Amino acid sequence: MNEKTMTEDQHFEQVITEENICTNENLVFEKPETLIDTVMHYCPGCGHGVAHRLIAEVIDELGIQDKTIGVAPVGCSVFMYNYMNIDMTEAAHGRASAVATGIKRVLPDKYVFSYQGDGDLAAIGTGETIHTCNRGENILIVFINNGIYGMTGGQMAPTTLVGMKSTTTPFGREVAVMGNPLKITELIAQLPGVYYCTRVAVNNPVNVRKAKKAIMNGFKYQELKKGLSFVEIVTNCPSNWKLTPVESNKWLEENMLPFYPLGDMKVPSDQSSKGKGE
Amino acid sequence: MKELKLMKGNEALAEAAIRAGADAYFGYPITPQSEVLEYLALEAEKRTGMVILQAESEVAAINMIYGAAGTGKKVITSSSSPGISLMQEGISYIACAELPCLLVNVVRGGPGLGTIQPSQGDYFQAVKGGGHGDYKLIVLAPSTVQEMVDHVSLGFDLAFKWRNPVMILTDGALGQMMEKVALPPQIPRTNVVYDWATIGKPKTRERNFITSLHLKSEVMEEINNTLQRKYRAIENEEIRFEKINCDDAEFVLVAYGLVARICQKAASLAKEKGIKVGVFRPVTLFPFPTNELKKIAGKVKGFLTVEMNAGQMVEDVRLAVNGKVPVEFHGRMGGIIPSPEEILQMLENKLVGEIV
Repeated sequence: MNEKTMTEDQHFEQVITEENICTNENLVFEKPETLIDTVMHYCPGCGHGVAHRLIAEVIDELGIQDKTIGVAPVGCSVFMYNYMNIDMTEAAHGRASAVATGIKRVLPDKYVFSYQGDGDLAAIGTGETIHTCNRGENILIVFINNGIYGMTGGQMAPTTLVGMKSTTTPFGREVAVMGNPLKITELIAQLPGVYYCTRVAVNNPVNVRKAKKAIMNGFKYQELKKGLSFVEIVTNCPSNWKLTPVESNKWLEENMLPFYPLGDMKVPSDQSSKGKGE
Repeated sequence: MKELKLMKGNEALAEAAIRAGADAYFGYPITPQSEVLEYLALEAEKRTGMVILQAESEVAAINMIYGAAGTGKKVITSSSSPGISLMQEGISYIACAELPCLLVNVVRGGPGLGTIQPSQGDYFQAVKGGGHGDYKLIVLAPSTVQEMVDHVSLGFDLAFKWRNPVMILTDGALGQMMEKVALPPQIPRTNVVYDWATIGKPKTRERNFITSLHLKSEVMEEINNTLQRKYRAIENEEIRFEKINCDDAEFVLVAYGLVARICQKAASLAKEKGIKVGVFRPVTLFPFPTNELKKIAGKVKGFLTVEMNAGQMVEDVRLAVNGKVPVEFHGRMGGIIPSPEEILQMLENKLVGEIV
């Protein structure tokens, strides 16, 4: 499977060009059944819409729409349940992973995921995040990191970069006052309860495909009941970064990705616990 | 057939949860109620497969309850005052989303970290909402270890009937004391599928989502009105109380929980002195037995409300009596349980001596 997907990635990088993109075979494009056909409230260029779509595509491809329960956070994606055609619960700020725990514990054979932003997961919900991961709940956590509070209007997030301006760090984040940005995914990866931990982005087609693969893994691994899957998606926030969508992707590549490097932090083959229980 | 046992209040409540066919308990240790989690950890999973999970905090516990309650499962948590304070945000969400669950507050003295001794200082918090926004819990107040048991199945029934969180409001003394209890038979856990539950969307229905977010004012007000209509219906249908010798009483002691039992002793001491004293015990604190108190107010010379707090339920008694006769108050705090003798003394000082 790995080999096949690599080929698909290469296909995208090498085969599709501006000249041939409009050929019939490349125009096959459908809205996933799991994605509701409606206008999203997200700002132009925002990564949430892409992330939602990827989750919907994965649910469609795995054929698990009737077995999936999602948990929405407080933040820009608070209305995720308006866009996903699956059963969902909207959690209190920071508590999505605890809500997901409650659902998964009583419905252990269902697929459960939480979808949380950086403020939700790595500030107010840090305790729930760490302990849900440490217990090795058999769920998927999708972590959207854009380094800012979107919904409340651009305040500092735990992942705001040093020197980065926000409405509550108008002169830039200063380490002496606000500490360093929190690389919570690196922390999470250390926990034995975490089975799979990776960081992806949705800033270009290649990364979008990698992100989809990571989400696919996160859902599939739930069947193994070997622990938690954690997928961080580094995204942009054009409105609160005060950049155009294109500029914001450029800024993401030049500033976010060097500090939050993409790649797997823990994959099942690395697990020292490989063969656990065998 | 009922099974007789000598049990501690907290353990009896835990046993009752297993026997009621509860599906899950999420909680966090705090004195004086940790026995609930300890007992369940030892007994529940092996007997019924009930899910027992010690959360990392009360905040996490109530949100696990929120998630699991949304699946239509029978879920219960317990804590004591400071822990219940931490749960209030989650309880408010659960109330707005109209999910059934059973909450147990084994009350200790406050404010702050307070004391681990018994108290009724959380009456307002339990009865008037507790968290943010306009909502009500159905609140049951057991006065014996037997009622700690009986209120579990009653609480689950009410929670599902009304799709509303139900709180058993007890105290550290009832939680820790041992009494003889008749245990109900084991009810098997069921797999009822509710049409509102988030359990995975089959092709045959629209998706279910559980939320308490309604940004449009008109929509939010309609949600508020729906909740308020439900609370009025609960007030019409679910009031429970106990009246002891109130019919020919000159004075009535009003108390809930353990204090109502002490008031019974005080009433019999009064009888020896030739004073006719009845005891009125609300069993549901919300809905509060307002009309019944109003009726009694027409026949007696006065009420003494006795509580282990600075005077909380007395406000509801005064609203019910509406100035018809005096409503006096006696309370102890800090974990001190009032004695029958001091209650009688207060009755004589504040009412008998003044009115007769």
